[in-house]
Amino acid sequence: MRLPCPICGERDIREFYYQGAAVALDRPDPEASADAWQDYVYLRDNRPGPLREMWHHDSGCSAWLVVTRNTLTHEVLGAELAIDVKGARA
Amino acid sequence: MGWLKSGGTGGQVMRFSGLRVLKEGLTGNKGWSPHWRDPEPKAEYDVIIIGGGGHGLATAFYLASQHGITNVAVLEKGYLGGGNVGRNTTIVRANYGLPGNSEFYSHSLKLWEGLEQELNYNVMHSQRGVINLFNSDGSRDAAARRGNAVIGQGDDAVLMGNADVRKMLPYLDFDQTRFPIYGGLYQPRGGTARHDAVAWGFARGADQRGVDLIQQCEVTGIDIVDGVVKGVQTTRGAIRAKKVGIVAAGRSSQVAAMAGMRLPVESHVLQAFVTEGVKPVIDHVITYEAGHFYISQSDKGGLVFGGSLDLYSSYASRGNLPMAEHVIESAVTLMPSIAKAKVLRSWGGIMDMSSDGSPIIDKTHIDGLYINCGWCYGGFKATPASGNTFAHLMATGNPHTAAVRHRMDRFSTGVGLMDEEATGSQHNLH
Repeated sequence: MRLPCPICGERDIREFYYQGAAVALDRPDPEASADAWQDYVYLRDNRPGPLREMWHHDSGCSAWLVVTRNTLTHEVLGAELAIDVKGARA
Repeated sequence: MGWLKSGGTGGQVMRFSGLRVLKEGLTGNKGWSPHWRDPEPKAEYDVIIIGGGGHGLATAFYLASQHGITNVAVLEKGYLGGGNVGRNTTIVRANYGLPGNSEFYSHSLKLWEGLEQELNYNVMHSQRGVINLFNSDGSRDAAARRGNAVIGQGDDAVLMGNADVRKMLPYLDFDQTRFPIYGGLYQPRGGTARHDAVAWGFARGADQRGVDLIQQCEVTGIDIVDGVVKGVQTTRGAIRAKKVGIVAAGRSSQVAAMAGMRLPVESHVLQAFVTEGVKPVIDHVITYEAGHFYISQSDKGGLVFGGSLDLYSSYASRGNLPMAEHVIESAVTLMPSIAKAKVLRSWGGIMDMSSDGSPIIDKTHIDGLYINCGWCYGGFKATPASGNTFAHLMATGNPHTAAVRHRMDRFSTGVGLMDEEATGSQHNLH
């Protein structure tokens, strides 16, 4: 598997650290309910198919990426810089 | 055989014995019959088990054999034992350190020890011993602590130094500087079992007691009325049931979603490997913490080994090269002679990774709906106890004493998390 880092180009997954489903983009407010935090920390949709997930290019440019990847086939459908995704929402 | 009447299979029950094997061997093996029926689903059952893998089949077996509940269907979308029970590294052990896991796997090992007699089936359970090698003072201390916990639980553990391990496993590379072998934690009662035979044995035992094993039957919906489960929708029609148990391993989240539930589970891929058959060399199960590596030798001679998850979500049932390389590097570091063995094949399973690395055996918020999931990469050794305790829960409504801590609400309350590896209860850390 290779990931298309927007800064470095297509790189081998050995260069990346995997965090999981991209829930960190929707971190609850510190004062949010316990249920909201349980949801965020533990519960996952975990559906097969396209998944938005967080990868850290830790042996490359150090950017956090939001990668869309098909978990049934390992096909990588795209990657964006997390800072851009977050910025677009602000 | 009294249980045949209550089971109502209508067929002749075939029993295995040494004499029978000899007779069949001399007469062309023409007397064997199918191990289970291939029934049409009935309109209604007392209990439906979703998932015909090791744990689901074991659940059905114990429902019938220990609780007298025989009006049971196991629904399997593929074929029996076609998931993780057919694609693991076959290791059986009870050397966990944490309360919760400790008593559970202890219970499981005791069930393993009587399993072949109970099932009248040769699952090739081989108590060849499991040895966990450690590579530093710190990991020696951790092994000593865990060994004491295992002994405290009533199971066996022997802390071995470098010299003892050298004597037992002379073919390892003891003189390396990178990950020197300080010693090992040895469990003589640990070992392996023939993975497929475990599924087949439970399937046959359940079938003989009247359980319907229905293959090629995918559950597409769970019928719930006013918070009470009423049955399931399947690719072979609707089936009513008083109780439904979800035992779907890597697909647990999808099945639970049919009941509107989200689970603390991510599905990941774990690879395993086997070499061509070689002469007998490894007569134990050896694990090597430096590379999170484990190896044993099958009765056919293949060296069966594996390591960590690929560490990304996957439903693909296959992994990628980086982890394959890492695992084989570990193998060669530990045992240089293995470098000349050719890898015959590799495969991947879909692991239901819970966020604390331990399983869930519990009721759900829906009356009559139960769930058994979160086995991570350790489900094979748990097969008998998983089925046994889940059957107890489904039959009696109360958790089995060996599985009282396997609660789902530990993830909301934070009480009773079982983080065996002490990495933190967080997805991607187990």
